[in-house]
Amino acid sequence: MTAPALELSGLRKSFGATQIIRGVDLAIPKGERHAVIGPNGAGKSTLFHLISGRYQPSAGSVRLRGEDITGMAPQLINRRGLSRSFQVTNIFPRLSVWENVRCATLWAMGYKYSFWRNIERLADARQRTEQILGEINLLDRWKVPAGVLTYAEQRALEIGLTIAGNADVLLLDEPTAGMSHAETELVVALIRKVSENRTLLMIEHDMSVVFGLADRISVLVYGELLATDTPERVKANAAVQQAYLGLEVS
Amino acid sequence: MKNFLSTFGVWIVAAIVAACLPQLFGSGLALTSMSLMGMMIIFSLSYNMLLGQTGLLSFGHAVFFGLGGFFCVHAMNDVAAGKLPVPLIVVPLAGAAAGLVFGALLGWVSTRRGGTAFSMITLGIGELVASSALILRHFFGGEEGVTTNRTDLAPLFGLNFGPQLQVYYLIAAWCLVSVAAMYALTRTPFGRICNAVRDNPERAAFIGYDPQAVRFLSFTLSGLFAGIAGALAAINFEIMNAGQLGAAQSGAVILMVFIGGVGTFAGPIIGAILVTYLQVALSDVTDAWQLYFGLLFIGMVMFVPEGIAGLLLRQQPLLRERQLHRVVPFYALALLAGLVTIAGLSLAIEMANRLTAHAGDGPKMAFLHVPLNATSVLPWAIAAVLLVGGGWLFLRAARASRNAYDTALAASLAAALAHRSNA
Repeated sequence: MTAPALELSGLRKSFGATQIIRGVDLAIPKGERHAVIGPNGAGKSTLFHLISGRYQPSAGSVRLRGEDITGMAPQLINRRGLSRSFQVTNIFPRLSVWENVRCATLWAMGYKYSFWRNIERLADARQRTEQILGEINLLDRWKVPAGVLTYAEQRALEIGLTIAGNADVLLLDEPTAGMSHAETELVVALIRKVSENRTLLMIEHDMSVVFGLADRISVLVYGELLATDTPERVKANAAVQQAYLGLEVS
Repeated sequence: MKNFLSTFGVWIVAAIVAACLPQLFGSGLALTSMSLMGMMIIFSLSYNMLLGQTGLLSFGHAVFFGLGGFFCVHAMNDVAAGKLPVPLIVVPLAGAAAGLVFGALLGWVSTRRGGTAFSMITLGIGELVASSALILRHFFGGEEGVTTNRTDLAPLFGLNFGPQLQVYYLIAAWCLVSVAAMYALTRTPFGRICNAVRDNPERAAFIGYDPQAVRFLSFTLSGLFAGIAGALAAINFEIMNAGQLGAAQSGAVILMVFIGGVGTFAGPIIGAILVTYLQVALSDVTDAWQLYFGLLFIGMVMFVPEGIAGLLLRQQPLLRERQLHRVVPFYALALLAGLVTIAGLSLAIEMANRLTAHAGDGPKMAFLHVPLNATSVLPWAIAAVLLVGGGWLFLRAARASRNAYDTALAASLAAALAHRSNA
């Protein structure tokens, strides 16, 4: 049996006396689309920060394809093939849209800190950038500084930065937050496309997005997983309905 | 051919201009000033690798300028004493090596954090090195500094680099090479990632880059080029002293980069040329020249925070759509009012300077060749009127300029859109 793409065991995080994540165990097999839902303040974003290296866990471990990545620096985790997006847009505001995406392709292309190559001559980085910009529908905005894009465009760029490095495990933190219905549909189609043959873990509030996209769902309440199951069975789960779903669905 | 010209054309033109300048401005003062400009262009561009490219505000950049200079002086003396077959033209490499090594050493300490912590550490390191320079007399020569003689080195093709003209060409050549290298550096993967770290260091980590490593590399390479600039200063002046690596010199480079403009590659070049010119010209006319620099700096940061290059760059869309005529009258008015304000301010400063620092020379003086008495009321009244009236007019003209610019920009954008839909 191959190791899960991502495996959390006994993961805990406290800030002072406050426990935010209280022992999370979760195994996500390769190729699964997995959604984390839960009420505000449940610790969903904190969980992402622990996996992606922004925060150090207080206890427990994170394994990527069986390899221990607990407490590693974000760049080291990213280089091992785990890439994430942020709930609050986190881009390079003064760089053009083109440079934003191109910068995100460079490490995976092997250019690293190269200060002897002319960046304009890197045909593979250019092609990859063009391809990503096409996928996130920003080709005609390539020249514009990212800071002046509209909100929805910045959210699309956020996803572009996350997928540009070709990581095989993607973490998306509320990719459709604050979007109109039409914009959400475009983003869902985009996520469906970019997560093909990849492992996806996403936080999402929009239940139609979650139930349409996810193979399995985990419900996080007060730092603990209440349930992890297929969408149908999570919907039917009485404890989940009481804790969370009953308020938002039906 | 066209490809070749578009890549190298600007450098060929720059080389031709640098080669011809001494024909146009051949006086001793002009040659000295242009030599000074050459090394300051390298110095300010090296500083902008930190501030403009990587977003690091260093208060101790002169450390690398000074250390490069001292190592170059000692290298020259050792070469001359040992009669080594090393021509003067390659000695700046000693400065480059010193800048690189100390850049790596001090960068390892200072670049662990960005932002304010970085600035504070560089401030501390600057003071540390400047004060050690006065203690380690053997290497730094104490208050007097260390002297050298560039003509003691073996001549190259009959050039002994005694005359200032030859030194100018040596500096110009190094300047051109360094500027080209620093420009090339902005167009590499590393250069772009520096910009990314400047914009958002955290996100840079999540696309695979270690922001600390990027800051460290940028700091080290910047030290290398500052070392070259310092070495050229050592060759030019044939003396280095502790003042060259102190806070005043670190402040001077911030001034140049800010006045020229942080956001563009050309900005620091413009700033280095302008500030050096003003330094030479003003220090000749008034001993209160540093005061004027302080005022210039404050004025620039207040009214033109994007620097001269940024100001010029903002006019580009207007120029392209032929809308410049809408703003030029306002700019001219603001410039005129600004000059009147400066005249009033300068009159007051010079009279105050005469009555305090130069009280022994008596109150009779000349301002712009007009004789006057600094103790009488009339010149003070005139200064006040010029200052207040000019200042009031300037503030109004500046506001009108901004409004006119916004209108013209909107018109330019509309015209550009119309062109596109017609095409």
